[in-house]
Amino acid sequence: MLAIARQRMLGQSFKKILPAVSVLRSYSSAAKQITVREALNSALDEEMSADPKVFLMGEEVGEYQGAYKITKGLLEKYGPERVLDTPITEAGFTGIGVGAAYYGLKPVVEFMTFNFSMQAIDHIINSAAKSNYMSAGQISVPIVFRGPNGAAAGVGAQHSQCYAAWYASCPGLKVLSPYNSEDARGLLKAAIRDPDPVVFLENELLYGESFPVSDEVLDSSFCLPIGKAKIEREGKDVTITAFSKMVGYALKAAEMLEKDGIYAEVINLRSIRPLDRSTINTSVRKTNRLITVEEGFPQHGVGAEICASVVEESFSYLDAPVERIAGADVPMPYAANLERMAVPQVEDIVRAAKRACYRSVPLAATA
Amino acid sequence: MVLGRAFEDKCAKMYYDRKMLGFVHLYNGQEAVSTGFIRLLKQQDSIVCTYRDHVQALSKGVSARAVMSELLGKATGCSRGQGGSMHIFSRKHNMLGRFAFIGEGIPIATGAAFTSKYKREVLKEADCGHVSLAFFGDGTCNNGQFYECLNMAALWKLPIVFVVENNLWAIGMSHLRATSVPQIYKKGPAFGMPGVHVDGMDVLKVREVAKEAIGRARRGEGPTLVECETYRFRGHSLADPDKLRDPAEKAHYAARDPITALKKYLIENSLANEADLKAIDKR
Repeated sequence: MLAIARQRMLGQSFKKILPAVSVLRSYSSAAKQITVREALNSALDEEMSADPKVFLMGEEVGEYQGAYKITKGLLEKYGPERVLDTPITEAGFTGIGVGAAYYGLKPVVEFMTFNFSMQAIDHIINSAAKSNYMSAGQISVPIVFRGPNGAAAGVGAQHSQCYAAWYASCPGLKVLSPYNSEDARGLLKAAIRDPDPVVFLENELLYGESFPVSDEVLDSSFCLPIGKAKIEREGKDVTITAFSKMVGYALKAAEMLEKDGIYAEVINLRSIRPLDRSTINTSVRKTNRLITVEEGFPQHGVGAEICASVVEESFSYLDAPVERIAGADVPMPYAANLERMAVPQVEDIVRAAKRACYRSVPLAATA
Repeated sequence: MVLGRAFEDKCAKMYYDRKMLGFVHLYNGQEAVSTGFIRLLKQQDSIVCTYRDHVQALSKGVSARAVMSELLGKATGCSRGQGGSMHIFSRKHNMLGRFAFIGEGIPIATGAAFTSKYKREVLKEADCGHVSLAFFGDGTCNNGQFYECLNMAALWKLPIVFVVENNLWAIGMSHLRATSVPQIYKKGPAFGMPGVHVDGMDVLKVREVAKEAIGRARRGEGPTLVECETYRFRGHSLADPDKLRDPAEKAHYAARDPITALKKYLIENSLANEADLKAIDKR
């Protein structure tokens, strides 16, 4: 009882201090806004400039300026030997990238969407991920596989799958998924500098979104650690984990929940493998409730892994069953109204959080 | 070649004695291809093969002891027992590994060739005339990655030689039953590179062709496709009962055993005598 009162007082005083701090911060670093696209482009540019062994390959990355314009301007700046337009041969060019990485070059291979990575998945897993182990450390593979992942808008079943869970289950790979511009810059730089194969899952719908970034983020040496999640919003009643686009949804849900007196703590995973189990468990031990959110298929998903981790490490702290919000267990439909039902929406997250907090909620339109 | 044959025979014995586990694929009969090509390479040149290549590793300089230890799963093996028979790697000898999936190694070898060119042209490093060799079989030549890499290697003029060890059989599938145009060397010109056919049971003929192809690559003239007609004396793997191959066919190729043939050649041309050859066998 007293503990709760103390928490509430601390929470309120925290809120009083925060506005002042953020005002000071904005004066000293005039928070600039950049899109995720600009963040990725600048990260690639800076890393290519710093290390001549970094090169790009993929379909349309050069003369077309990138299928989603992420590699805009890089062909003109670095030339066709470092920005390679490939034929449409994912298996072939991914293998070539891995072979080049065996020899110490640092390829950044773009998949137009990660759905096409399935044509090359043998090389990602068998040639890249497993080689360091199979060769007992003799071969290391400093390669980055990047591209848009997950659902876009009305692109149908073969262009909408989320690959986070599949890649993250494989030892030997690192799997990252940025949300905002700071994430995009910091994580892509970390991925390029990393000596191991990294799968970098972007989101097409986030490319055009702007986020404020500090001067520190804009500096060319900026880098985020791999394997660390970020607490985007602090709270005390329920923990919500998410990655990529769903972080935005979780934050909106948290705002709505606050009006009903539920203070949600939103964790931006950033790194799917290695998963920041420590941050997640610490948060759950504080809030006692957990909602996991992801866009991908529910079975064997990221949320399932997080739930298992929490059950293994923090079972006695849970006051309610873990809820996982995921995409519908169906290939992505095309029609806009069906698509909306197949992907988590903000309302789904709000409802789940309320259920976890024992509030009565109306039944969802979809099961 | 003799070391290779003796090594493989020893493997067979250990496997049947149940000292070796898993998948083991032996090279008996194909030694001429390995020796013919790999002995022409420098240490920095790289090779990529499939699972049938203990002997390629030996030809490239990996010690027989390290390979055998690896096959027995020991920590002294070249991959500390973590790779096994199908995954022999050696950084030092630039043996980039053996890949279990056919066709997998071809893009990797193409990538190594790409790196050689990149280092020379972009990083401006000196002494980068390194060449890559990709070894694979007839079965692989029906796989998409093979064609994808023939295209890109020719397109970007990469220093690579694609070596097909056509032993006519992909496990139990005859090459003729699986391929619309069985002359594999003809597929090279379709992509803009020379396609050469050679008798893979004759090490000296292989060496001549290899010299030309490796030379081309080193001079920056681009890739070559070499088809070596060869034969494996044993089954696909030690677990293969090998019932589908006609005994007459096996006898025909056994008569063309590369080791016996070379021995005969050396003696006929007075390059060595019986005693010298017996000494090599002993070692």
